[in-house]
Amino acid sequence: MSASKIDGAQLDNLEGGDGAKSSSSPDPGVLVIRPPSGWASLELKELWAYRELLYFLIWRDVKVRYKQTALGAAWAIIQPLFMMIVFSIFFGKLAGMPSDGIPYPVFTYCALLPWQLFAHALSESSNSLVANERLITKVYFPRLIVPISSVLGGLIDFAIAFVILLGLMAYYGIAPTLAIFALPLFILLAIITALGVGLWLSALNVKYRDVRYTILFLTQLWFFLTPIVYSSSIVPQRWRVLFGINPMAGVVEGFRWALLGRANPPAALLAVSAGAVILILVGGLYYFRRMEANFADIV
Amino acid sequence: MGDVAISCERISKRYRIGERESYRALRDSLASAMRAPFRRFRSSSKRSNGHEAGADNTFWALNNVSFEVRRGEVVGIIGRNGAGKSTLLKILSRITKPTSGEARIDGRVGSLLEVGTGFHPELTGRENIFLNGAILGMKKVEIKRRFDDIVAFAEIEKFVDTPVKRYSSGMYVRLAFAVAAHLEPEILLVDEVLAVGDASFQKKCLNKMQAVGEEGRAVFFVSHNMSAITRLCQRAILLDEGRVLADDLAHKVVGTYLRAGTGTMAAREWGENSPGNDIARLKAVRVRTQDGQITDVIDIRQSVGIEIEFEVLQSGYVLVPNYYFINEEGVCAFVASDQDPEWRRRARPVGSYVSTAWIPGNFLAEGSIAVGAGVSTMDPTTVHFYESDAVAFQVVDSLEGNSARGDYAGHVPGVVRPLLEWTTRYNPKREPAERHT
Repeated sequence: MSASKIDGAQLDNLEGGDGAKSSSSPDPGVLVIRPPSGWASLELKELWAYRELLYFLIWRDVKVRYKQTALGAAWAIIQPLFMMIVFSIFFGKLAGMPSDGIPYPVFTYCALLPWQLFAHALSESSNSLVANERLITKVYFPRLIVPISSVLGGLIDFAIAFVILLGLMAYYGIAPTLAIFALPLFILLAIITALGVGLWLSALNVKYRDVRYTILFLTQLWFFLTPIVYSSSIVPQRWRVLFGINPMAGVVEGFRWALLGRANPPAALLAVSAGAVILILVGGLYYFRRMEANFADIV
Repeated sequence: MGDVAISCERISKRYRIGERESYRALRDSLASAMRAPFRRFRSSSKRSNGHEAGADNTFWALNNVSFEVRRGEVVGIIGRNGAGKSTLLKILSRITKPTSGEARIDGRVGSLLEVGTGFHPELTGRENIFLNGAILGMKKVEIKRRFDDIVAFAEIEKFVDTPVKRYSSGMYVRLAFAVAAHLEPEILLVDEVLAVGDASFQKKCLNKMQAVGEEGRAVFFVSHNMSAITRLCQRAILLDEGRVLADDLAHKVVGTYLRAGTGTMAAREWGENSPGNDIARLKAVRVRTQDGQITDVIDIRQSVGIEIEFEVLQSGYVLVPNYYFINEEGVCAFVASDQDPEWRRRARPVGSYVSTAWIPGNFLAEGSIAVGAGVSTMDPTTVHFYESDAVAFQVVDSLEGNSARGDYAGHVPGVVRPLLEWTTRYNPKREPAERHT
């Protein structure tokens, strides 16, 4: 075999074996290992080739979580349910927080759902590389799989907690409108936000273990910046678009619109949120890719 | 697909000192960023271009390593700890990237840097087979197809649905290796995994790896176990401080490695401060073949002579040269003392003596043997000197079939491996037709 010199950036990191196909390579089976180049491509094709590993990692996390806890899947419900009860008593009843005419328990639970999904995904993904240190130092696979799997793992809990919301809606006689079909979009938005931030934090966490301590602080702060216990309508109109820079504001308002039948979609807010999400994700992917080559050496 | 499975061209890898082991706190990073301008100013005058250790807190774990591995070859990588063996494997299995240079790999790679990577104690054997298989790069359908073979190979049929945290360590290792052994890659990268598991299972793994090599696939095998290297590999590469020191037939390279001074050597001489007292002093110890060559590698079928040279400074003492033979597990295989009638119970006059003890061929088991050498007086018991690890040598078994291992290629336990004389009494079975007549 004499594979001639070929374009480095294209072949750098190419997957070996059956899945590897590259138009620029004269010999698609040959894997070339080179020093990391400054510019790293996303290698989505390789990511796709490893989709089964992604599935197994999610499956492992979910299975282990439910095996190790006494209450198992019940945890998915207990957390948002108790938070909802406490919030309804203190913010809804005692403080009389306005909830746009929606019964306060549904109002806040509907926001707690995507928030829990997000907060869980964020903390899991931020710790994911460190938690999977053994894998990273002993086996090759696209490292992106690790934070992605930990973000997606939260969807199961979300689905379980969602059933309670449907119960609450039925209890308060709120019928979903056609807008419910937009819901997956907002779920996606929450996941991508968590992933974008999680990519930054997980890569940083490999190098600086301080990150672990900032996550709790960050999520607490972020919680109050997100209209969960309050409605974004209490934010003055002219600040409201700026408020959308926090993508979770868009997600939460989107959830309320899609499920609780508000008249107009929070379009401007959502547009800003979507823009912010894209920036976070692209930045996170870039940073993660740049740091990736060193993970095994420094984790 | 070509003939070359792996080709490495001038691969180098630089680590920052301490980078491999520890992560940093943000505070340290900030502190070093503050100091950085000054440091840069100071070091700019003496920046080195070459790959030398020491410059700005870095060292080269690998330094211009080049080689090729062909299909069907089983290549062993040896070297001391820190020589760069594991770094090389990590680069070839894409866990980390080289700092410079290029490697080409042609074929599906299976790398086994550790047995049982990703095993989760809470999951059952069945679940872990799927998880571990996926981690090693197997498709789900492949794992399903080989599932029964894996379970049978690991001998855990009854415990497939038990969480692996309840497994004995032996079962755990067997299962882990079984998954990896069924990976069927075209190129197999293996790091020191055979150090685990019981002897009979190690044998099974070695056989499996040998089979992989015979099927025309390439095996790249890192080990500290010299007997496994000489037995499994035709060829070996010796790394030292990140460089290729030797790349040749396995038994030659193993010899070079042992000579290269890991504290073991075939001949040692003592000068001024030699061990001993005012009665006797040690001068030299040597390992010789039958034809008098100094050697540190001995074919298991050949006899080997251990020679001790010592000086007697005071006459009138009965002196007994003696040896201890310690194998790589620290087990004393046997002890020998000079019982030659010529000097037995006879006081030695002043002078220089050279005594040689001959260990017959087909006696010691393969592996490395350290020799402790001493001279003592028996009555009253006095040790004039005793030098542990005076010399060392390597016993290498062959696969030609005429040693005690016969045609069996696996692990053979025991500190000795004599080729015994066997006798057989044969009683032919009578023809059934004759029986009833």
